Amino acid sequence: MIWANAIVQGILLGGLYALFACGLSLMFGVMRVVNLAHGDFAVLAAYLALAIITGLQVPVLWSALVVAPLFAMVGYLVQRFIIQRSLDVSPLTTMLVTFGLSIVIQNALLTALSANSQSLPSGSLASASLQVNGQMSIGYVSAIVFATAVVVVIGLQLFLYRTGMGRQVRAAADDQEAASVVGVNVRHVYGVAAALAFATVALAGVAFGMYSSFDPAAGPPRLIFAFEAVVIGGMGSLWGTLAGGIILGLAQVLGAQVDASFGVLAGHLVFLVVLALRPSGLIPARVT
Amino acid sequence: MTDTAVPAALPRVTRSRRSATWTAGLGVIVVLLLISLPYLVHTNITGLLVNIFILLALATMWNLLAGYAGLISVGQQAYIGVGAYVVLVLAGNGVSPFLAIPLAALGALLVALPTSFLVLRLRNEYFAIATWVVAEAFRLVVLRFPSLGGGTGASLPGMAGMDPVFRQALTYWAALAVVVATLLAAYLLLRSRLGLDLTAIRDNEIGARSVGVRITQAKRIVYLVAAAGAGAAGSLLIISQLNVQATSIFSVQWSAYMIFVALIGGVGSIEGPIIGTVIFFLLQQWLSDRGAWYLIIVGSIAVVMAMWLPRGVWGVVSDRFDLRLFPVGYWLHAPRPNPVETPS
Repeated sequence: MIWANAIVQGILLGGLYALFACGLSLMFGVMRVVNLAHGDFAVLAAYLALAIITGLQVPVLWSALVVAPLFAMVGYLVQRFIIQRSLDVSPLTTMLVTFGLSIVIQNALLTALSANSQSLPSGSLASASLQVNGQMSIGYVSAIVFATAVVVVIGLQLFLYRTGMGRQVRAAADDQEAASVVGVNVRHVYGVAAALAFATVALAGVAFGMYSSFDPAAGPPRLIFAFEAVVIGGMGSLWGTLAGGIILGLAQVLGAQVDASFGVLAGHLVFLVVLALRPSGLIPARVT
Repeated sequence: MTDTAVPAALPRVTRSRRSATWTAGLGVIVVLLLISLPYLVHTNITGLLVNIFILLALATMWNLLAGYAGLISVGQQAYIGVGAYVVLVLAGNGVSPFLAIPLAALGALLVALPTSFLVLRLRNEYFAIATWVVAEAFRLVVLRFPSLGGGTGASLPGMAGMDPVFRQALTYWAALAVVVATLLAAYLLLRSRLGLDLTAIRDNEIGARSVGVRITQAKRIVYLVAAAGAGAAGSLLIISQLNVQATSIFSVQWSAYMIFVALIGGVGSIEGPIIGTVIFFLLQQWLSDRGAWYLIIVGSIAVVMAMWLPRGVWGVVSDRFDLRLFPVGYWLHAPRPNPVETPS
């Protein structure tokens, strides 16, 4: 029964990782860019949500309604003015530039807000849980986060495959030049994809702040977990990313069940094994 | 005159110009001066220079990976940590920490060999994050060994009986030896056939493969050399700090330092990291009482330079003055036009 509980908790934790990962997956799928500041932007979103909650006295879930659109705008601007410029220099430059951004954001947060860890006040939600039986309970927060991850993946799929803009995004992802020949404004479309990715980063940041405490240095581990989820699931496939997040969550929770300090290492080992055996991930990638 | 059939002079190809001879002469003078420094200045200054040398060694090795083999690593701290812990274990068994420095480099190389078979199969982003995850995995494994100090860290044995001034001078000379060895290794490696292979790979990987360049082998050699350099730097870190703590020695912050130094100075030249290290330390000293501000400023400068001046400060200087201190390329000297012979 302990193991059954661990499996359920692992799957739920996987929802958080999938939420972190789908923005990374989208940006890699469309622009071939891995934003190494991904985790730090999520932490930035968590701090912003904290400021909104304490400043406006609104419940935690409302703060996401402000932070997500704001981050969509930030994402569009970051894509147009920083990532696009680096892409024009060379694809490897985007990695160096976003890594630099990551360090700058971390240290700016550290200077402005100190290294103290914070958490988002979720009120009665934080401790509420559904008691399945004596040994298994499902926290409302983790259930909400998991459901959000599933909704985000479905929403992104619907956007990509059922809307005109989604078709343009897929076209630009397939062949940038051919897309621009037929009239797609590739740079704008990339900006839109980044805006969506950043909106999901904001949601992930708020979810992370409800899940656990965060501090300015919390970003890089989130990036690593997100990247692991994307690779385990197969780069560029959103359903794969959800599956990858769940596999990573399971590996970490089951590893921690063996030995409390083994959890994160178990996740890394699963990632490295997948990378060694199937560098393209477990689920074959689709177009986007 | 009948002997008009002067063979058309071929362009002459050389590897160095006069500037390289000057560099060699200047280099010897600078190194001799640096060797005598502990007799001339206070230990504060040599202590600072130890940190500069460690950073320069790290940045030179990172630049070898990124600037020549096209491998962007965010995980060189894995080998910094291995080097430091090799020194810790050997010192615990009675080996002098200073004699353990080459063994630390060798240890890092031996660990890098199996790792290279995993990470070198991967490209670009995959390679970058896989190296980072490997470093994280090393950190988590080290944390599981209480004999290595666990989370609180361990202090380096075998240094207690040593006179502090002598110890600091010895540390300084060791750091100087490591940095000179790193620069020489990078220079000789790039002037060898391997350097030519790497240039070919950098310019066009598929083209290089088609003319018979062994791409994976070339990249593996660079990866192993870079790991050995990082291991030597890690051994210097534990010797100069007299202790080691897993979370700080395996920190991704080291990668940030290397990347910022290389980006500011210039990726893809030996001179770049040298200039970058000097600029990095000047900024750090200037902003030393402002906490994390120096990383914000240095990081922003590096980001801006990567976007608008991808060849860094040295790229600008060497283009402007046509200067190469460490020539690893070839120079083509066009022949002087022969005086036209008029038949009599």
